[in-house]
Amino acid sequence: MKDLFGRSHKFGDNINTDYIIAGKHKFKSTDMDDMAKHLMEDIRPGFYDEIEDGDFIVAGHNFGMGSSREQAPLVIKAAGLSAVIAKDFARIFYRNCINVGLPVIECDTDSISEGDELRIDLERGFVHNITKDTKIKATPLPPVMVKILKEGGLAEHFKKHGGFNLD
Amino acid sequence: MGTIAVKILSAHAGKEVREGEIIVCPVDFMMSQDGTTPLTIKAFKEMKGREIARPDRYAVVIDHNAPSPMESVSNLHKDMREFAEKHGATLYDVGEGVCHVLVPEQGYALPGAVIIGADSHTCTYGALNAFATGVGSTDLAAALISGKTWFKVPTTIKLQYDGELPPGVYSKDIALRMCGRLTANGATYRALEICGAAIDALSVEARMTISNLAVETGAKVGLMNCDEKVMEYLKPRAKYAFKGVKADEDANYERTIKEDVSDLGPQIACPPDVDNVVPIEKVAGKELDQVFIGTCTNGRIEDLRIAAEIIGNHKIAKGLRLIVSPASRTVMENAMECGYIQKLVKAGAAVTTPSCGPCVGTCNGIPSDNEVVLSTANRNFKGRMGNTKASIFLGSPATAAYSALKGFIADPREVLE
Repeated sequence: MKDLFGRSHKFGDNINTDYIIAGKHKFKSTDMDDMAKHLMEDIRPGFYDEIEDGDFIVAGHNFGMGSSREQAPLVIKAAGLSAVIAKDFARIFYRNCINVGLPVIECDTDSISEGDELRIDLERGFVHNITKDTKIKATPLPPVMVKILKEGGLAEHFKKHGGFNLD
Repeated sequence: MGTIAVKILSAHAGKEVREGEIIVCPVDFMMSQDGTTPLTIKAFKEMKGREIARPDRYAVVIDHNAPSPMESVSNLHKDMREFAEKHGATLYDVGEGVCHVLVPEQGYALPGAVIIGADSHTCTYGALNAFATGVGSTDLAAALISGKTWFKVPTTIKLQYDGELPPGVYSKDIALRMCGRLTANGATYRALEICGAAIDALSVEARMTISNLAVETGAKVGLMNCDEKVMEYLKPRAKYAFKGVKADEDANYERTIKEDVSDLGPQIACPPDVDNVVPIEKVAGKELDQVFIGTCTNGRIEDLRIAAEIIGNHKIAKGLRLIVSPASRTVMENAMECGYIQKLVKAGAAVTTPSCGPCVGTCNGIPSDNEVVLSTANRNFKGRMGNTKASIFLGSPATAAYSALKGFIADPREVLE
């Protein structure tokens, strides 16, 4: 997998999926590009306009807690963000990210500031903070998830293998 | 040796599984609702799915935005009906009820089963000894096609509730206490095993309220034992064969938390987090604009009975709105036969179609700016009910009903002791 480059957009702990995309928007359609304009609007109005293609969400603990809505990782992708970096993730959100092909990186995010230029090396499992010239070690993804992610998500995995082929 | 989670997953994987291991295992039942089915259909098509492996084990429920308040939603509902029809799945259409009340009520949630639902509160069926957990739409589509899903075998935290609940204190208060104590990520990736004399004493439906909130601690499942009450509950409704699973005497727990509930009082979760839980005394007197009784947490017949008994022949406070959503058609029919609905309506309640509505901010009771709501639901995040400027407190149906009479957060023990 290629390295990812982008700027950091910082969020706190316990960012729930209702904040990522509110229920009132997610039920209306399956058009993620349209829904993406409402990304995080309840806690950071105007966030969508701050994003440049490739940027990252950088957060604290338990990112993505709450509902099972897959619209959450899908709108993050649709908004142009290329990965989410957090201290840890809620489990359904984490699964959903892998399944839709959105990379998730678990590491200590305290030293990353808003706007820092970052490079993510998914294969070797670290985040390079270009602005501060530091390297942060990440928790490696289990091989099963690397496989799904490399193939572009679970739908692509199924298309390729006709079912689960995780061994 | 084995926890309930390890034993259920071992039985399904056909081998002894270890905690931390990733396994692919068969699924006994699947469910999705109108917030997640449209994306499930999309993923199913992307995966080149032709048919559902076990259509008799899949239910599609239209509950989150029902009846549809707008054209775009109506069209998604139509797609769901067509998908269910085409593939032979069971459809629960508008008015049948909330998915997590329907699935157990209709006898699909069974002991020892592995169940996935495209809704985070699928963990509710843990009260029936089912390894039941929420997944996203793509995971569900994969299971529809293959009949299987993958799991990381979780470690288990055991929660033991001893003692006897005092009058005016209910399973919801235990559930909120659990969330406050474990916090929003205290059990992430873990299974909960919830047991003890206080749990044994609860009805099966009241137990579901506790398992329902397991996900609010980050847990994958909120498992309980299969006892005689569960067997009794399932006797008239079980849709397929099952076998309850018990933890081994020497099961290995990551942590055990014991608590005596004999002195527990009503608990309130304060905005904007479910784990922001305080004893009711801390917030009693807080003025309310709206009270909502319903949802997969507390919209069952017992909840409506408790509410109707407290309301009695009184009227709700002037200027306050009381919204009641019976959680299924069966619950509504029973509540009408018992006179609960009549009582609530006479008291001034607005009773809605059995559905999720106000809990998820889609329809039927979105609060206005700066309003304060007390709800029996499971989430109080900012904007959860559709307005970011409103605040949401969570409590039991008894607390909600008594507060609706008073117009402010009020302690139901005042009338129940």
